[in-house]
Amino acid sequence: MIEQHPRLREFKFTLYRIFRNPSAIIGFTLLFIFAGVALFAPQIAPPKYPHNPYLMPHKGFSPTPKPPSQTNIFGTTSGQYDIFYGVVWGTRTAFKIGMFVVGIAAFVGITLGAVAGYLGGLVDEALMRITDVIWAIPTLVLAMAIVVAFGRGLDKVMIALALVGWRWYVRVIRSEILTLRDQDFVQAAKIMGVSDLKIILRHILPNAIYPVLIMASMDMGSMVITASFLSFVGLGAPKGYADWGQMVALARNYIVGPPGDPLKFWYAIVIPGGCIVLFVLAWNLIGDALRDAFDPKLRRR
Amino acid sequence: MLAFITRRFLLLIFVLFGVSVLLFGILMTFSPERRAATYVTSPQQAKDIPKIIKQFGLDDPFYIQYFRWMKEVLKGNMGWSLVASRPVGEAFWNYFPVTLEMNLFAAPIVIIFGIWLGTLSGIHRDTWIDHTTRILAIVGWSLPTFLFALVLLMIFYGYFQLFSPGVLSDQLTMFIIENPESFTRFTGMYTIDGLLNGRFDITLNALAHLVLPVSTYVIVVVALNMRVMRSGMIEELSKDYVMTAQAKGADKKTIYIKHARRNALLPVVTVAGQLVALSMEGSIAVEVVYSRHGIGWWLAESAVQLDMPVLMCICLFMGVVFVITNLTLDILYAYIDPRIRLN
Repeated sequence: MIEQHPRLREFKFTLYRIFRNPSAIIGFTLLFIFAGVALFAPQIAPPKYPHNPYLMPHKGFSPTPKPPSQTNIFGTTSGQYDIFYGVVWGTRTAFKIGMFVVGIAAFVGITLGAVAGYLGGLVDEALMRITDVIWAIPTLVLAMAIVVAFGRGLDKVMIALALVGWRWYVRVIRSEILTLRDQDFVQAAKIMGVSDLKIILRHILPNAIYPVLIMASMDMGSMVITASFLSFVGLGAPKGYADWGQMVALARNYIVGPPGDPLKFWYAIVIPGGCIVLFVLAWNLIGDALRDAFDPKLRRR
Repeated sequence: MLAFITRRFLLLIFVLFGVSVLLFGILMTFSPERRAATYVTSPQQAKDIPKIIKQFGLDDPFYIQYFRWMKEVLKGNMGWSLVASRPVGEAFWNYFPVTLEMNLFAAPIVIIFGIWLGTLSGIHRDTWIDHTTRILAIVGWSLPTFLFALVLLMIFYGYFQLFSPGVLSDQLTMFIIENPESFTRFTGMYTIDGLLNGRFDITLNALAHLVLPVSTYVIVVVALNMRVMRSGMIEELSKDYVMTAQAKGADKKTIYIKHARRNALLPVVTVAGQLVALSMEGSIAVEVVYSRHGIGWWLAESAVQLDMPVLMCICLFMGVVFVITNLTLDILYAYIDPRIRLN
């Protein structure tokens, strides 16, 4: 048998551990479906306005939602926006929000956390006190204040969430690095004259990255929730933009139907709302499976 | 221990200072013209904007404006709220009881339920009890608060016509407005004021209005508490002292409740600060959907109407609450766990 590289072997074992877990299978399946919908959105729901595909097409301006029919298979929401179109293109919006926010937040957080943890001393102290300050205000509240200062819009919401989100990663990566910094293999590399940057990139980060992966996966979900709430309140996506939170906001006045048929407009809330829940659920299930797979206490059993 | 508290206390002052600078910095991203525009009410006054900027020193250097603002804030003057059309400080005490009331009812349920479910899940690890609670926790964690609140409203208000949004029914609100002398508002919380005034119908009505908000909140927040309790329980049960106790013939209940659960509660204390932050965020969504006019609703409404003084006041308030909670928890933690204290 050919001897595999230990890192590759470990990686294969991790994959095996992850996919033994039913919640990972459900999570990845859901994610796969969403990714497919996002990727093939132009084929599934051809845009009516090619220059701005995120604008939902609408026929007429009647505020009352219309039930599913031949032309609108999921019905129309308030303002006669087609729910099917909004849901399909909203998938792209959700991925855009999640990947942008988590990507920037994780990158900034990992960089600052690695610098603080590895260098220690005054740099560490200064960076951690700044993090403490930002830590003191809840994500949603601080994001709201920043959005108000920058002006409304989905792009501003994404920037605001990225500006707030990095603080988690700093703390986690720093505490991981503090335990790794003094271990023998790092000391050995230092004595051999490897540069600090190389030690961080090649020896420390690969060992400290697992908790960050778990957190990033959970964060994808919670950032999409926060962004959709900001859209729901009216600070995020403008009216008619294909965004799940904004679609829930459109249907908000129709949660209760006319007397005698109180659940008449269920589709206007349940369809976009269900998309948010399933999308977030997919990431949380994956995060949960990763947590089980990476937990050293459960790993080798 | 004293040195520990002093250090934490100094840090608290620093963090609060930092928060205020940060918030003021966010406000200062507005141009002086835009900040002056808040004082302008008619188009004719628009030409006065340069004068207003001079008068209030809106183009002074950052630190001068910051200290001027801080002086007013420390005096208790937080500015004027557009949404409430009264001073921010006064409006705050009007909205605060509504939020406090909901949290007072929800917090004990979250804590007790979370600990109970987590313990249960940890003891019966990998059985159907564990799997069900874990699935429920993940699903609950994935539910956006505002959406879940809307669906509950749809079912229980729309379909069953059981609970309605708001804080109190319209007739009772009108009655209180019309007869201010017969109903004294001691605390601003209707459930308690009703009891103090001997009006049990008001208490019952206010409680009925609390059912949906509190359940929304509990179901969304309880997952965090439960998960930490579960993993704490699993970790403790795998330790040697549990085996020793078993070998000595202690019965299961004693081991679970007296030995393991006590130690497993420690990590729960550390996430309590996170719970407080979550509950602040959660109360925004809950209040917006159930149209309860509390701090969270006020914040969302102010954000939409660009009412910056309110945003700053609430951010500061939440910062203070969060920092003080964390300080208390740290001290509590050091008190419970001697390993921290002696370090």
